[in-house]
Amino acid sequence: MSDLPFASPYVPNTDEDRAEMLAAIGVPSIDDLFLDIPAEFRAPPLDIPAPLSEMELRQEMERLASRNFHAGTHPSFLGAGVYNHYCPAVVPPLVTRGEFLTSYTPYQPEVSQGTLQANFEFQTLTAQLFDMEVSNAGMYDGASALAEAGLMACRVTKRARIAILDTVNPHYAEAVRAYAGPQDIEVYTITADATELQPETSAVLAQYPNFYGYVEDVQRLSDMAHAAGGLFCISADPIAISLLKPPGAFDADIATGEGQALGVPMSFGGPYVGIFTCRKQYIRQLPGRIVGQTVDTHGRIGYVLTLQPREQHIRREHATSNICTSTALIGLWATVYTALMGKRGLRHVADLCYQKSHYAAGRITEIPGYDIALTGTFFQEFVVTCPKPPAEVNLRLEEHGIIGGLDVSDQIDNGLLLCVTEVNSREQIDELVAALECIH
Amino acid sequence: MTNFNASLTAEAHNKRRTLMERSRPGRTGAALPASDVPPQLMPEPSLLRDDLLLPEITEGEVVRYFTNLSQLNFSVDTNFYPLGSCTMKYNPRINEAIAALPGFAMAHPQQPERQVQGTLEALYILQEDLRAITGMAATSLAPLAGAHGELAGILTIRAALDARPGATKGQRRTMLIPDTAHGTNPASAAMAGFNVVTVPSLPSGDLDLDAVRAAANDELAGIMLTQPTTLGLFDRSAIEMCQIIHDAGGLVYADGANMNALLGRVKLGEVGFDIIHMNLHKTFSTPHGGGGPGAGPLCVIEELAPFLPGPVVEKRPESTYHSVMPAQSIGRMGGYQGNFGVLIRALTYITLLGDEGMLEISGNAVLNANYLLAKLKPVFDLPYDRSVMHEVVFSAKRRKGASALDVSKRLLDHGFHAPTMYFPLVVAEALMIAPTETESKETMDAFIETLFAIDAEAEADEDFLHGAPYNTSVSRMDEARAARQPHLRWEPAE
Amino acid sequence: MDIPVDRRYSKDHEWALVDADGSVRVGISEFAAHELGDVIYVDVPAVGARVTLGAQMGEIESVKAVSDLMSPVTGEVIEVNAEVKSKPELVNEDSYSAGWLIRVKPDNVNELDQLMDAAAYQTATE
Repeated sequence: MSDLPFASPYVPNTDEDRAEMLAAIGVPSIDDLFLDIPAEFRAPPLDIPAPLSEMELRQEMERLASRNFHAGTHPSFLGAGVYNHYCPAVVPPLVTRGEFLTSYTPYQPEVSQGTLQANFEFQTLTAQLFDMEVSNAGMYDGASALAEAGLMACRVTKRARIAILDTVNPHYAEAVRAYAGPQDIEVYTITADATELQPETSAVLAQYPNFYGYVEDVQRLSDMAHAAGGLFCISADPIAISLLKPPGAFDADIATGEGQALGVPMSFGGPYVGIFTCRKQYIRQLPGRIVGQTVDTHGRIGYVLTLQPREQHIRREHATSNICTSTALIGLWATVYTALMGKRGLRHVADLCYQKSHYAAGRITEIPGYDIALTGTFFQEFVVTCPKPPAEVNLRLEEHGIIGGLDVSDQIDNGLLLCVTEVNSREQIDELVAALECIH
Repeated sequence: MTNFNASLTAEAHNKRRTLMERSRPGRTGAALPASDVPPQLMPEPSLLRDDLLLPEITEGEVVRYFTNLSQLNFSVDTNFYPLGSCTMKYNPRINEAIAALPGFAMAHPQQPERQVQGTLEALYILQEDLRAITGMAATSLAPLAGAHGELAGILTIRAALDARPGATKGQRRTMLIPDTAHGTNPASAAMAGFNVVTVPSLPSGDLDLDAVRAAANDELAGIMLTQPTTLGLFDRSAIEMCQIIHDAGGLVYADGANMNALLGRVKLGEVGFDIIHMNLHKTFSTPHGGGGPGAGPLCVIEELAPFLPGPVVEKRPESTYHSVMPAQSIGRMGGYQGNFGVLIRALTYITLLGDEGMLEISGNAVLNANYLLAKLKPVFDLPYDRSVMHEVVFSAKRRKGASALDVSKRLLDHGFHAPTMYFPLVVAEALMIAPTETESKETMDAFIETLFAIDAEAEADEDFLHGAPYNTSVSRMDEARAARQPHLRWEPAE
Repeated sequence: MDIPVDRRYSKDHEWALVDADGSVRVGISEFAAHELGDVIYVDVPAVGARVTLGAQMGEIESVKAVSDLMSPVTGEVIEVNAEVKSKPELVNEDSYSAGWLIRVKPDNVNELDQLMDAAAYQTATE
């Protein structure tokens, strides 16, 4: 009689296999392998439901998924750091091939050249897109990448104070604080027109375009950081910089970004991929994995994880970061998307986002009661002041079958942050305008 | 560095050319629509990018390139990965199908809560499942990987200790970490602003309690223990250790990387641990993806719940679900609420397998590891001769010419991924082997037979293994050159 | 493994050799270099910095490990081996000559008596 009556599709051991193995081990039953656990704590009742068949499981999950009102079936004008860009059909089947999906971190390079060369491509394309010298193989997401940039700037400058623009995504700013606080690094806020920094500032952290969608005088901020002996760290949107000047053009020392914009599903906040680039001279302070090209014993070109002494498995408490598992598969997704889009496609996507968002803004300003809140150049997002609280506007839009923008009324009175990407048709934009016209 | 060895065929050379080398002006891989709105005023030229250096390639070429690259990889789908500490189990495809459901994949994290009740309910169920499995009071699904969970967990401990009545903020900043710990433990502790004190393990494999007692003072924040340990052993002194730490006013952190052995067998929350992180990409079958994404949720006792990283999901009496920041949360560790795509895969797995499935996992995983222990004893030294949990650590120091590295590389020739090598640090020439519950006895027997064969190869010729692997697409890489002359991106030919 | 008799050795595997001008040349032993593996980076104090016998003065990285460099002498750094910065492999290839790391003006050259001679170091590394 087996002490494991349940058999799932994932476990090959039969009762016979188990009996043979127990005999080889020399114990009568599986329970006898758990005797190191004190009896009073052993095998407690487990309060989770009984097993389901795959069919029942699917029904249950589909029930949950269908409770959502989402951009797959409704037009959406919500951005704020996570963007609905069109992903070509070929990306998911290619990226989720078992050889990529179920492979391990490439610590044995001889059997991981697929993953390693793909990482190298990610490093190449992001460095080229951001116009920076060096890129690593990815971080968790844009927020933690910016936080790690702040920590790195403190290591490089040996200072313990970070200035962050008040126009950086609030969630990103929170992450920066969460990382900086425990290391006794002070984080203070500055406005875009600030002209001086506190003494011993290690870095200025800015976002481009900023959280509200606008382009700030980035060069001025960069110069200000450098004049004070600090570094300039910028978090940039990968699609925006296909059209606009990239971080490298502003003398950025570290440039990070959210790779989700490169065709990665929105998936309620993750998994995404943080892009992390910097000047070559700071390579030894880079967090995260880096892949390098080299040769094997026969002189054949191949790729390996390199500069590993920076990392936790070697330097332990003195590592540049504790990061281990990152988001390699999402980096691959972003790489394949970027390879397909290429030089012209990415620029084309950026153009469409720019064109459509400006068309939308133009039509919305014509509606009585609605105004564009900010001046300057925006890329794909802008803030509209509404005649009613944005939360109410969004509820009414939902009744029209539309996902509205982000309520930013805590910063801008009755402010609604609207985003338009290449997936929003003119018809959808016109319907948004028509719906807004009814809300006054 | 663009010349391959001339002995490679032209096609083999062709297959590994990078994207930029394949690029030709005029090719495209995407069919995008023209603008359907009236032309808008462009930004002034000084704001625009001059040039964009990215590849121009067709869809077919991208498919061929990446498909060929994928075939250079080992993967769980194609090979046995006996990697200790990683739990390389089979990744069920139903997980993928559920994560890709548009209702889940197309939800934006900042939509109004009423629009994403399905997602929030799913997260709530997972929170409850993980609580039940660990015997704890509260869960945060926010951390984006195991190490991220460790950092958040230590910060939670830090906040909770500073908030205790009569506590002096900043006083308790020493963290005890066993000598067998994974590198992320001390790295996370340092990132959290702690001083790391290393505690030795005894020859029995259990932690040295005398050393723990000696360090138990009023500067102690706590200890991080991997349970079962990285030696694959259930630390029998754990319960007493928890007591010592608690008596000294500290808290006990469990690194749950090895949970695969404990599912349904013990609840760490009941034996004295105060906080635990789990690696969903290990125990709960979400795919490794070549290095992530993962998820490292935290479960805690009641006292620590207000300090957890957020947001967490709350269920209200009217059965609606809401995202809230815990009352004294350490804050946001990432942009949003965790790696939802990974979390939903783990929920799918737990829901399908249920309570009985949890026992099936741990029972078979532990059985398989002990089977390998029994069968491999003739070929390797066993530093801790006792029953193991889901992984076993051997030492390869016995055979000359067959170091842990040599054996590992030769295994690749036979289609097996290497075990974890040179970890934990306390074992010389360590080979850490974890078969998991999803490997068959036939596969394990083939693995055993291969290790015997490799041992015989080394006995016959001491130098033979140094040249392994011989059968893979590349042989041993010049890692020194990669580090001394970093070449980290494609460069145009001069 | 070679252990030249013309110099002294610390328990941390550094060697110290008195030059003709009385300065002390410092490096790591072949044994240490072998244990480390291929050296990829050396981090030593700059000219003018003070070093103290037994205290950490820098780090040496290989592909798989990082090791603290402990000074075998107390004094002031007067020269740093620039070649080793650009060619760290010298530490492996020629630990005792071209792979030297720093030259120190010692406060008291007799301090070296506290270190092991070649025979003692040989025993220590068996």
